[in-house]
Amino acid sequence: MTATVAPPSVPATRQPRYLLDREGVLGPLMLLPAVLYIVALVGFPLVLAILYSLSDVTVGDQSIDLIGFGNFTAVWDNGTFQKALRNTFLFTFASQALVLVLANLLALILSADFHGKRLVRFLILLPWTTPIALAAIGWLWMLDSVYSPIDAALRSAGLLGPDTPFGPLRNMLWLSKPDLARLSVLLIHTWRTLPLATVILLAGLTAIPQDVKDAANVDGAGFWRQLIYIRIPLLLPIMTVAVLYGVIFTFTDMTVVYVLTRGGPIDNTQVLASWAFLKGVEGGDLAQGAAIALFLFPVMAGVAALMLRTARRTETS
Amino acid sequence: MATVETRGLTKHFGDGNAAVNGIDLASTDGEFLVLLGPSGCGKTTLLRMIGGLEPPTSGDVLIGGQVVTDLPPRARQIAMVFQSYALYPHMSVYNNIAFPLKAQKLPKTEQKQKVAWAAGILGIDQLLHRKPRQLSGGQRQRVALARALVREPNVFLLDEPLSNLDAQRRASARDELQLFQRRVGTTTIYVTHDQVEAMGMGDRIAVIDQGSIRQLGTPHEIYDDPADTFVATFLGSPPMNLVPRGGDLLGFRPEHFIPADVAATEAMATFPFHVHREEYLGAERLIYGEVGDAKAVARFPANVVVPAAPGGTYDFAVRRGDLKIFNPTTGLRTDRPV
Repeated sequence: MTATVAPPSVPATRQPRYLLDREGVLGPLMLLPAVLYIVALVGFPLVLAILYSLSDVTVGDQSIDLIGFGNFTAVWDNGTFQKALRNTFLFTFASQALVLVLANLLALILSADFHGKRLVRFLILLPWTTPIALAAIGWLWMLDSVYSPIDAALRSAGLLGPDTPFGPLRNMLWLSKPDLARLSVLLIHTWRTLPLATVILLAGLTAIPQDVKDAANVDGAGFWRQLIYIRIPLLLPIMTVAVLYGVIFTFTDMTVVYVLTRGGPIDNTQVLASWAFLKGVEGGDLAQGAAIALFLFPVMAGVAALMLRTARRTETS
Repeated sequence: MATVETRGLTKHFGDGNAAVNGIDLASTDGEFLVLLGPSGCGKTTLLRMIGGLEPPTSGDVLIGGQVVTDLPPRARQIAMVFQSYALYPHMSVYNNIAFPLKAQKLPKTEQKQKVAWAAGILGIDQLLHRKPRQLSGGQRQRVALARALVREPNVFLLDEPLSNLDAQRRASARDELQLFQRRVGTTTIYVTHDQVEAMGMGDRIAVIDQGSIRQLGTPHEIYDDPADTFVATFLGSPPMNLVPRGGDLLGFRPEHFIPADVAATEAMATFPFHVHREEYLGAERLIYGEVGDAKAVARFPANVVVPAAPGGTYDFAVRRGDLKIFNPTTGLRTDRPV
């Protein structure tokens, strides 16, 4: 091409761009609701909690007089705190370890083709859709010290009662014995977070291309080899997401413990969240309650960072 | 090395229509056999049944003379290359290629040697530490081929392995793939909908439509001597002209359709050709028009000047020997010894 077009000699007049077409205006405008929401519902309470934890505020006297880290040391030295901290980690990590195994198993089963698959999937998701408080009340009845249907089943199976493996009492007293109470809380957390993890893993399983599975088949890999070398590695990112969700839900949950045992027997099932509530709201010591709750913060921040990292990785790969 | 044979192979999916309808097909040893057909014709289903990924409704698959119909894919001594390449995204190229060997529980040192050998043949030695997502389409295809080659299978099954490459890369990949197959001499069954790939690479081509083989033959036979109107119009670009005359359907290739006055004196069939428009394609020139009510195309090298202006009607002719005669109702050839 040798021909060139001469620029027009008339100065071009320019229509001004519409206000909303400018990125510098539209961008911040569209971000504003989210920013407001986070500042009002996350930022403000967080700042307030930090202020409370450094002061001597109570329900009766809400003036914030800063007293330094006294609340934190007082909480740390409290015997209940050690128990609550241990329980919080125990419930969270033991339940999520269980969830990880069970969700993989369930997802594998549910990804197969069989009649009534949709119904089963729906049923499995139900625990997740039940409000936590209602589910916990349901479990409270299930674990009743006298009328527990689980005990009744064990009795009729000949496992509970005089001269039986779990005997001689006619009831397990699930929520009255420290170990059984902890086990109960742990299993209810597992029951509650399992459905979401299963559904997430199921989605991950279906996302593995059929071609890749076929290729593994042709390449001579049997079930276990495919599971260990193909499926699980390919599921790993999404498994991380499922577990992180479970960690957040379990770590911050106070409802199950509060409804089931109120932390008892003798604080043996107490967790940080329920203790913070009992101390801060029911006991009226807002400052100590805030200090207890803030102990959750570093773990939550770490989990959030991990989640963001996983999300970014999936984006780039 | 082995032959592949199917006997009355049939596949019904839920809807009652046969995706593959009683196909009898036999390869020779070391042959490059192409399954060619439009999408949805059943060629991929046929290949997947040969590979054992799809159980047939009825019929048998034989590999090396053994009935393998009930064997799982891993017991068939086959290797498959998929349209998507189906590389394991989380493994390095090395581990991708070594995966079939690990499944065979081969010793590590032997694995290493074989991977190096396969990677050498396909020229991907430099890529062994990379992940599939860091490779170009052509490189991925080679990795997939190396993974297929490394276990020295009896049969290669290739499912449109070139269709994810851009046009330029595809031409050279065709070349490489055929050279590669000649070198390793492994019986290969190659599925494609691309007639250029089929013509260029196949020892023989099976043209498949609606679950049945329409014609099986060398590229020459398929192109020059089509068994029916489907084969005649599926191959060739533009396809064979089909013009009704005297109760028959006459077929002739666009390149055989030439002005009557430049034709030699030997026996010619002439047609009045009403020209609509001309297409200049650089190397060649296509002239579109009608013979009677039937559409027809003539093709010339671009440097040949043809007196055929749009709007006019000209006498065009075809050598008798280049005319194929079809039955207009069945579509079958009537002038071809079966």
